Amino acid sequence: MTSTTSDPWDEVGSAGVVASQGLVLSDVKLTSGDVLSQVHVVYETYGRLNDRKDNAVLVCHALSGDAHVAGWREEDARTAGWQPGDGTDWSPDHAATGDPDAAPASAPKPGWWDPFVGPGKTIDTNRYFVICSNVLGGCSGTTGPSSVNPETGRPYGLSFPVITVEDMVDVQAALVEDLGIDRLLAVVGGSMGGMQALSWARRYPTRVASCVAIATTWRLAAQAIAFNEVGRTAILGDASFRAGDYYEHGVPRHGLAVARMIGHITYLSDESMHEKFGRRLRNRDEHAFGFVTEFEVESYLAYQGKRFTERFDANTYLYMTKSMDYFDLAEGSPSLADALAGIPVRFLALSFSSDWLFPTYQSRELVDALRCVGAEVSFAEIPSPYGHDAFLLEPEQQHKFVEPFLARVLVDERTKGGGVR
Amino acid sequence: MSARDQLRPDLRMVASLVPEGSRVLDLACADGSLMAHLRDERGCQVRGVEINHADIAAAVAQGLSVVENDLDEGLGGYKDGAFDFVILSQTLQVVKRPAFVLREMLRVGERGIVSFPNFGYWKVRGYLASRGRMPVSRSIPYSWYDTPNIHHTTLKDFRDFIDANAGIIEREIPLLTENWHRAEVRRVSFVPNLFADTAVAVVRSKV
Repeated sequence: MTSTTSDPWDEVGSAGVVASQGLVLSDVKLTSGDVLSQVHVVYETYGRLNDRKDNAVLVCHALSGDAHVAGWREEDARTAGWQPGDGTDWSPDHAATGDPDAAPASAPKPGWWDPFVGPGKTIDTNRYFVICSNVLGGCSGTTGPSSVNPETGRPYGLSFPVITVEDMVDVQAALVEDLGIDRLLAVVGGSMGGMQALSWARRYPTRVASCVAIATTWRLAAQAIAFNEVGRTAILGDASFRAGDYYEHGVPRHGLAVARMIGHITYLSDESMHEKFGRRLRNRDEHAFGFVTEFEVESYLAYQGKRFTERFDANTYLYMTKSMDYFDLAEGSPSLADALAGIPVRFLALSFSSDWLFPTYQSRELVDALRCVGAEVSFAEIPSPYGHDAFLLEPEQQHKFVEPFLARVLVDERTKGGGVR
Repeated sequence: MSARDQLRPDLRMVASLVPEGSRVLDLACADGSLMAHLRDERGCQVRGVEINHADIAAAVAQGLSVVENDLDEGLGGYKDGAFDFVILSQTLQVVKRPAFVLREMLRVGERGIVSFPNFGYWKVRGYLASRGRMPVSRSIPYSWYDTPNIHHTTLKDFRDFIDANAGIIEREIPLLTENWHRAEVRRVSFVPNLFADTAVAVVRSKV
């Protein structure tokens, strides 16, 4: 932090080595009416909760994310022989290469939003106490379909109740309460994480000062539901799926990989795919006149699909996509505006110009409804060629809005003694 | 420096027309200077729209609510009569559809406050008359081919424009702003279409 340059991106650091933590909740009631007798919640925290407990920021992850939003996992650091405080350079370029896709699968990678969360970064862990938990129904520690049902001693599989974004949020609210935080400074999320952030504002309007909803929507349109359904069909049709009861037999790799391949296509854009792959062939100069992997883009998708099956549970994929399909911020209200009326939360919405999965018009619908009810809302469409993935790939463009937004909400929370004007 | 000190003189004039506690929408609000002034000095409830991202970010940093919104696409979302005042300062000449923008202003606001450069100002007329070229001046600093100002108007044309679009001018304040370094604008009462370089008008719907 001794740099003399004025570029804040030269003064950022890593969140360092982070240990995951856990919480057990009992009798969690779900939207479906089902009750989960026991829910384990895995979460990570970064930075320090101050004495006023007014600097807590909850980050919500997307479909395939987890609680590890920034820094390095303890186990990865241990494997690599790093010790906290041993002078190791924790910059994101260290150990992981600049292009995560090019890194070998075994190479440790920093958290999924590492460029965005850390000391001196957009969500500055020197200023804020950052919380990120794996969602209910997930497969990275928090109870989900791959967890063991305490009543049967076997993994839930498809006997796991269908969960909603609201259920995820309720579990997060219980975690936040357990941490002794009455009111969050902000809930921040992209994509499915943005749905959670919006749901927070509606469900707990007095427990969150602000909501940052990035590359998200207040409800999926038919196109996005359609892509989710194709992914689910691939999983459900895999012979290894066995009605979701595959944990002892071998997972439905093929179906999950196809689902991920479809997902990846929707996360990119025509422009970014053309830029990244063009029509280039991989390891050959001529067409093979067969059905081997030839084009770079085929190879990329196959690799992403395979990688995904090594870390993600097929049942969780079904439950996550279903929860997104069900999500409707206006649920139970005559209109979206009615659903948002009177919510005293300050909103910041950001969309990306080339995002065709969560298109800008859907963010505008949200923003228009918020404007209709006189809510405090700011919005910008960020120009980017990276499609939906831009929320992970364009940290600087988002920084421009999110950093001053959070800083000012904190000031206003303090000067107005809670409750923004 | 307080927001008041930083405020451009013509914006101070606009601000002086807004009663305390009003609900105000600032169209093309730039970095939110006027909004912050109205909020902090006059207890107004303010909202803004802007298209420049650096300006939106600067406004957000002041705790203001500003939405990216091209004025030519309307003011979607805002309810009819949601604001007491809708401000359009030095922007009417930039939009593609001035009549549509005016209608939207008067839809969401009880009153509109419009400020615009007066193309009938004697120096502008003189420039064109004497040099035979499109006027370039301090208040109109662009060449004709790369100017954002695509709908120039004179004070007289503006009156017709408001009338033709179901509006009434409640107050008309012709100003001479050229000497900004004096930090004060002067009101012009003598042949304003000739001697005012800028005008501020308070408008409302006829009905």
